Amino acid sequence: MSSNPIPNGRQERVTGWGRYPIVETRLVQPASDAELSVATRSDGLVARGNGRGYGDCAVGKDASVQTLALDRFESFDPETGIVVAQSGVLLKTIIDVFLPRGWFPYVTPGTKFVSLGGMAAADVHGKNHHVDGTIRRWIEWFEIVCADGQIRRCSRTENNELFEATIGGMGLTGVISRIAVRLRRVQSAYIQQQTFVAPNLAAAMELFDRHESATYSVAWIDCLAVGEAMGRSIVMLGEHATITDLPVDLRDDPFDFPLRKALGVPFAPPISPLNRFSIQAFNSLYYAAQKRKIGQSLADYDSYFYPLDSIHDWNRIYGRRGFVQHQCVLPEERSREGLLELLQFISRHTQGSFLAVLKKFGKEEGPWSFPMAGYSLALDFPVNYNIESAYAALNEIVLRHAGRLYLAKDALMGRDFAHDSDHRLANFKMFREQHGMKQKFASVLSERIDL
Amino acid sequence: MAQAFARKMANDGFDLVLAGRNTDELDAIRRDLLVRSPSCSVQCLFFDAMDMESHREMIDRLSPLPEVAACFVGSMGDEIAARCDAGALALILRSNFEGPANVLGIVAKRFEDRGSGTIVGISSVAGERGRKTNYIYGSAKAGFTAFLSGLRNQLQSAGVHVVTVLPGFVATKMTSHLSLPPALTAKPEAVASAIAKAIRKETNVIYVKPVWFVIMTIIKAIPESIFKKMSL
Repeated sequence: MSSNPIPNGRQERVTGWGRYPIVETRLVQPASDAELSVATRSDGLVARGNGRGYGDCAVGKDASVQTLALDRFESFDPETGIVVAQSGVLLKTIIDVFLPRGWFPYVTPGTKFVSLGGMAAADVHGKNHHVDGTIRRWIEWFEIVCADGQIRRCSRTENNELFEATIGGMGLTGVISRIAVRLRRVQSAYIQQQTFVAPNLAAAMELFDRHESATYSVAWIDCLAVGEAMGRSIVMLGEHATITDLPVDLRDDPFDFPLRKALGVPFAPPISPLNRFSIQAFNSLYYAAQKRKIGQSLADYDSYFYPLDSIHDWNRIYGRRGFVQHQCVLPEERSREGLLELLQFISRHTQGSFLAVLKKFGKEEGPWSFPMAGYSLALDFPVNYNIESAYAALNEIVLRHAGRLYLAKDALMGRDFAHDSDHRLANFKMFREQHGMKQKFASVLSERIDL
Repeated sequence: MAQAFARKMANDGFDLVLAGRNTDELDAIRRDLLVRSPSCSVQCLFFDAMDMESHREMIDRLSPLPEVAACFVGSMGDEIAARCDAGALALILRSNFEGPANVLGIVAKRFEDRGSGTIVGISSVAGERGRKTNYIYGSAKAGFTAFLSGLRNQLQSAGVHVVTVLPGFVATKMTSHLSLPPALTAKPEAVASAIAKAIRKETNVIYVKPVWFVIMTIIKAIPESIFKKMSL
């Protein structure tokens, strides 16, 4: 072991997963609690996990404290399923370590390459939000380095205000150093999947309503379909497969499945191959292919939850200029009208989104977490000359229907839209001012939307 | 790097003894290993590579004698100071060469008596040819590489294998303040897997990224009359 001076990091050009915007920041990588406390002495910093936030949420105004070297487990209790780990541990590692023993995370976003700290900061949701809520529900406690340099342990009974504020607080309340999170018991690595075709938006929403008790539900939506077919979707439900759900040959080794070969995108093409025509062609083919898969099927967890993880660096497919994601949620009573307006705009004025995902959420929890009861639509757009006007037009629709955007995905909204669409952000800003967090913890996101 | 190797070996079913100076750190690594691989057993031992008198006693406390001994000791030290300061020079030579050679020499004798075992030494491509920017560190590693080579030669007939690891750039704590070219930089996990494979296959010398073999072959082939004018 070497006794080198603690590095102060280096200036680096850093981005989120969307590769836009590119910002120069000081990147520090503490490898111990002692180094973390040194790394958090300066102002204008934010924690960064594995950089899977899409926009600029994990890029510090002046410094980004990357937690990936803080990747140790500390304990696991097989009675309760509670694992204690440092915040830089990746979800992938948790699954690799615990799934063979019959445990799976209660809540998982669409990629397993997220850090535990990042999951807490964004208060991530999964396809089971309507049943199991966000990761907040499954966090028992965490430790956080605060603005005053003190390390506080937060839970529902200890420093509760900070506990609630930090989960979903986008790293703007401090740097989480370790987390205790509860895992769920599963009998296999498989998901029993049920697929439905919805010929239009009304049918898709009807399916979500009818299958409210399904553990997992999500829809892929063809955002370029127009007229009668507007909002046509493939609705996918899922349940953790029990031993008896498995074919006999899998029952001996229910946690084992053939690994998919990972593909990669070796470089970002100068011009994205994704355009209106390729996306329309893909959507039609995909829709037709899925139509043939209607009914029950068995999928391993990796291809069910993380279809894109098998293509490393898939974010490069959008070309050199990167892409932005637009994920909004609309309140339930406004969802149908709002979604139709969004889809209409997308099909008329944009080249379409390669990945468009529709999901019905359960109730809102936490002081400023993203989800609320209603529908969420997530879209990807490559960055090009008209992205800002398209984004603004979508936001205008979102605002008119009392919706809001997911901070972990956003890279473009302005201060006024952010505060007009989400009045809770004013409380968040006040909370930060009251606790001396504003100077200390600042990301490019928090500067942009004035938190 | 050592931690990644310990995780890999525990995952492969080995029981482990962790030896190092910072016992709190060792204990944290131990707890991590026990969560990841609950069926393995992990012991921690205080070990100071710089205190060479203590090495024999440390090895005596190993019971049973391990199958594999891997030495990850080393430090960059203060290269500039070491050019004209005996203390700084000794620190680099001792931490990268004398200390590792001493402890592995003791282990080697035990493995030789037993007639089995694998010794892994982490050396460096910096030891392949002295360059103006880090020739003191490089010469210590050159000494260590030569030591491992000789040890391999000596123990071959006793059934003891020696693996020399020349990792090139690795993204670790020691290098986290440097901007390293990604194509030449290995992750600690990749180093760990490469070492585990070299142990299994009884490979003699490994570069983790094959491109380093090419680079070092070229660098070693440059005539000294030209090399002395270069800045690498």
